[in-house]
Amino acid sequence: MIERYLAQMSTYAGSIDGLILLVAVLVGFWFFAAEGMLFWLVWKFRERPGQKSQYLTGTEHHIKRWITWPHALVLVCDVFIVIGSIRVWNEVKQTLPEPDSTIRIIGQQWAWTFQHPGPDNELDTPDDIFTVDALHIEVEKVYHFKLESRDVLHSFSVPVFRIKQDALPGRSITGWFEATMTGEHDIQCAEICGIGHGVMAARIFIEDAGQHAAWVAANSNSTTP
Amino acid sequence: MSDTAGAATQGEHHAHEDHHGPQGLLKYIWSTDHKMIGMQYMFTGMFMAVIGGFMAYVFRMQLAFPGMNVPGFGQVSPGEYNALVTNHGTIMIFWVAMPVLIAAFGNFLIPLMIGADDMVFPRINRLSFQIFFLSAVILLASLFVQGGGFGGAWTAYPPLSAVAEYNQTNLGSSMWLIAVALEFVAFLLGGINFITTLMNSRAPGMKAYDIPLVAWMIVIASILFMLSVGPLIAGAVMLLFDQTLGTGFYDPARGGDPILWQHLFWFFGHPEVYVVLLPAIGVTIEIIATFARKKVFGYKLMLYTTVATGVLSFFVWAHHQFIAGIDPRMANIFTITTLLISVPIAELCFVIIATLYGGSIRLTTPMLWALAFMAEFLIGGVTGIFLGASGADIFFHDTYFVLAHFHYTFFPIAIIGTFAAFTYWFPKMFGKMMNDTLGKIHFWGTVIPFNFIFIPLFILGLGGQHRRIYNYQHFPELAGADMYVLRQIATIALLVMLAFQLVFFFNCIKSWMSGEKAGRNPWKSNTLEWTTESPPPHGNWPVDEMPNVYRGPYEYAHPDREEDYWPQNEPN
Repeated sequence: MIERYLAQMSTYAGSIDGLILLVAVLVGFWFFAAEGMLFWLVWKFRERPGQKSQYLTGTEHHIKRWITWPHALVLVCDVFIVIGSIRVWNEVKQTLPEPDSTIRIIGQQWAWTFQHPGPDNELDTPDDIFTVDALHIEVEKVYHFKLESRDVLHSFSVPVFRIKQDALPGRSITGWFEATMTGEHDIQCAEICGIGHGVMAARIFIEDAGQHAAWVAANSNSTTP
Repeated sequence: MSDTAGAATQGEHHAHEDHHGPQGLLKYIWSTDHKMIGMQYMFTGMFMAVIGGFMAYVFRMQLAFPGMNVPGFGQVSPGEYNALVTNHGTIMIFWVAMPVLIAAFGNFLIPLMIGADDMVFPRINRLSFQIFFLSAVILLASLFVQGGGFGGAWTAYPPLSAVAEYNQTNLGSSMWLIAVALEFVAFLLGGINFITTLMNSRAPGMKAYDIPLVAWMIVIASILFMLSVGPLIAGAVMLLFDQTLGTGFYDPARGGDPILWQHLFWFFGHPEVYVVLLPAIGVTIEIIATFARKKVFGYKLMLYTTVATGVLSFFVWAHHQFIAGIDPRMANIFTITTLLISVPIAELCFVIIATLYGGSIRLTTPMLWALAFMAEFLIGGVTGIFLGASGADIFFHDTYFVLAHFHYTFFPIAIIGTFAAFTYWFPKMFGKMMNDTLGKIHFWGTVIPFNFIFIPLFILGLGGQHRRIYNYQHFPELAGADMYVLRQIATIALLVMLAFQLVFFFNCIKSWMSGEKAGRNPWKSNTLEWTTESPPPHGNWPVDEMPNVYRGPYEYAHPDREEDYWPQNEPN
């Protein structure tokens, strides 16, 4: 459903979109059933001269089942949605695969700072590459990110990956992603962070192995900001 | 009027005390009459709705046509934009939905529907409105102080809301917080009154299951409010200390935690959704029963389901915080509780729909509003499932999908529900019938544009558009021409909808001045408020004509009776 509006660029984007489709099918059924019933009843039982309405209390068993059965079916649908949801949540947020590389993402009013591990692929070593508002990653590699904030809440969101995570001052939150295609896309701040919230934009550059190695080589002497 | 509980049921000293009420204009300001206080809440709420609507107009214009000189406002700066969206949300929830749906209709209807002459604590009731009025003045004043109004969103997450350096609205944010806290105090006082009055002042013969559902719903909503608001008031005081005294309750550098605020806020914030939803459902069921000429399908079922919804609503709050940095395992628990709440809510919808079965449906203006509430609220309800499922919320959180979802719940509740109630009880409030043709023009002119505002916003949300961004030009994927077309459709639909509200105000004034006389019971309804004059006198009924109750409120088309309705107060 969403892929019509937004490309799927991460390994779990398909899982999230699949869950959204599952929910859409199940609630779509109930939505159309309920709206259809509503409009049909309004038409079917419109006022006719001289005709009195029926006296139904809704307590007789054979009448009440028109409520209780749908009600039980709603619960069954809920079970499917819960199972689907927990599986996707577990994949995206709870069980992190082993990383090929780790980066640090720091939000502050109103820019993103990205700390790349540099040629040695180790974070917090002197060859780390710092950039502002531009994140460079390699396609088909598992990245862990350590998300931090220097002031207020921010939220790191890459819509094409379907990932979103709030950044909190005083805490480092670990998450992961693996890109499936090369390209250049938006990073948004998804949590209001003050007057400059609307300009807190960044770009993610997803490169193939050769391009990424070249970028790392070209920037490995950059200094800390 | 006396403050004692006994006086409200049967008062000999009514006739005596009525002469001592304030006279002249003062009567409108210092009245302790529940109907007058209800009107005060209603008109203050409507005035605030006009302001909240104007704010929506200004920021929707900025979103559709960035950088334009908005007529009546001028250029919108990023700081002003944030203040506008923040105060639009705050006003519409705390100064429109709550005062109109709960306070105005609760005050007007509860004593009339249960056959009492007034609230149990009329002076507390008056104090409630006065505090509420003060809170509204403070909130509006906060928009004009140095630095401008608070712009940290209606959820006011710290540290942004706590530290002046970060939000750059030193005075505005404190005034906003004080206004919100005072507003809560006002509703606590009002809620105590509603609950006590329903318990103690019912007409002789009115048993628990003879109470009209809307009175139950308003009282259950008041109970939910009372149980949930405590933590938030505590949180608000801590936030005020952080702002003004420099304490560190929410500052991680000094041992505080910003997430603490989110828990306190949403522990209140989610029940709050049901606090405003329940009165709207109550209004809908009253109107549907009356105009379908039908007994409500399963009165007790509805009542118990409502209580179940209320209880469950205390266990779902963290679904607002799935990606806020809480322990990821917590998301699973809150996904389960959140989806469970779909069961009672679905049941409430089924009961309302089932009530139509076998009816004789009259599509009057109030009935159209009630049916529209159901039809539109279903969209809000089902889209909530996407957000309650944690896995899907990773993507949807803080996108326009969320925004469209809760407008599809709050708009039917606060606007459609209010118009339903207002058009239904207008004859009782003012003694005149509303013009039905104008009412229907206003109805279609509101409901159709409403869908054209928010369906495009659902699509923008699917495209990954986040909230509270004043100008999308910095995000290449959100700055495309097709996205601007969607934003412009939404804005134009809003302009159309706002224009049609003039029809409503015109209809109100015209009907009030020269409408047809309503009589006591124009809709041939069963509940007690229709047994007195329109508008009801001070004390509601003459002392020797206080009603007795012999049956439930929904005995329409009873087989033993010639007439298709059977008022609660008729012995047989």
